[in-house]
Amino acid sequence: MILARAIACAALLATALPARASEIPQAERRSGYSFMAPDTKAIQDDDTTNPGMLWVLDGETLWKKKIGTADKACADCHDDARTSMKGVAARHPAFDKTLGHPVNLEQRINLCRAQHQQAPPLAYESHDLLALSAFVAEQSRDVAISAPSDPELEPFVANGRKLFGQRQGQLNLACANCHDDNWDKHLAGSAVTQAHPTGYPMYRLEWQTLGSLERRMRACMTGIRAQAFDFGAPEWVELELYLMSRAAGMPIETPAVRP
Amino acid sequence: MTAALINVPAKARRGDIIEVKTLMSHIMETGYRRTAAGELVPRNIITSFTCRYNGKEVFRADLFPAIAANPFISFFTVATDSGKFDFEWIGDQGFSETASAAITVVE
Repeated sequence: MILARAIACAALLATALPARASEIPQAERRSGYSFMAPDTKAIQDDDTTNPGMLWVLDGETLWKKKIGTADKACADCHDDARTSMKGVAARHPAFDKTLGHPVNLEQRINLCRAQHQQAPPLAYESHDLLALSAFVAEQSRDVAISAPSDPELEPFVANGRKLFGQRQGQLNLACANCHDDNWDKHLAGSAVTQAHPTGYPMYRLEWQTLGSLERRMRACMTGIRAQAFDFGAPEWVELELYLMSRAAGMPIETPAVRP
Repeated sequence: MTAALINVPAKARRGDIIEVKTLMSHIMETGYRRTAAGELVPRNIITSFTCRYNGKEVFRADLFPAIAANPFISFFTVATDSGKFDFEWIGDQGFSETASAAITVVE
């Protein structure tokens, strides 16, 4: 399977070698949802068939659970997530003034745990972190992603853009080679898609579980035979920032379902 | 972990054909996979699903290792009387979960 993909990748490259053609025009942007088969769309459309809702419901329980030495629940400060968390996922990663760098939603949750609940951080891709971030992000469903407007974010977005266009790995491919230049084509039978982070964390049928954007990007990096960055590395947040700026205006779908 | 997502129409007319949708949270470990150390991961799947409508069994399914995680089972039945749907999932390693949903049937 991986070999077949590599061959297909190479074939794709042979026909489309000129590096980065251009970014996708606004009018042509499409969510990964629009590339899916009707059956897969149906799984996402109905909250009683969307397995991502299992995590959202768990996240709601965790939201109300008192934890840490402070014995506080998220709800004790933020109250009703339906109002307090609406739109939050659409404007993350956001710049953290104390840390001096941007943080994504998962990191924000862990910062909140450390600072206000005095609880240990949740591990990346752990069930509880996915559940909490799915619950928080689900409150922003249908909210348009806002372009990172904080001027302090600019260098990080720029760095993300650079990473997106930088060839890497044994296959010497940049994200842009597939997701900007060849999104309307197929790779071993699967749609390439435009890489808009509209539905994270999302339920991927291939994973049979919920996963973060970082996990998805790791899978891409393995696919091009590059060494993935470490968990929580700043590069992930920079890439995420650039992807969010690319997807500005598109509605949040969390929890999305993808093949 | 939240156990199940259930979708039964809250209201139906007597004689209507209704769709019942269920989604149960389960890893459905096949028993064929090995860890990095080469040890077999023990099988852990749901083996049986049953639905009773006012106590009477209307649907039953046996599940096998090839079924994906978080099995989604949907089926049709006829709305006969107001009452309750009881769902039961039984599996390996003592797994047992139940859920129920109410329906109102009008003439």
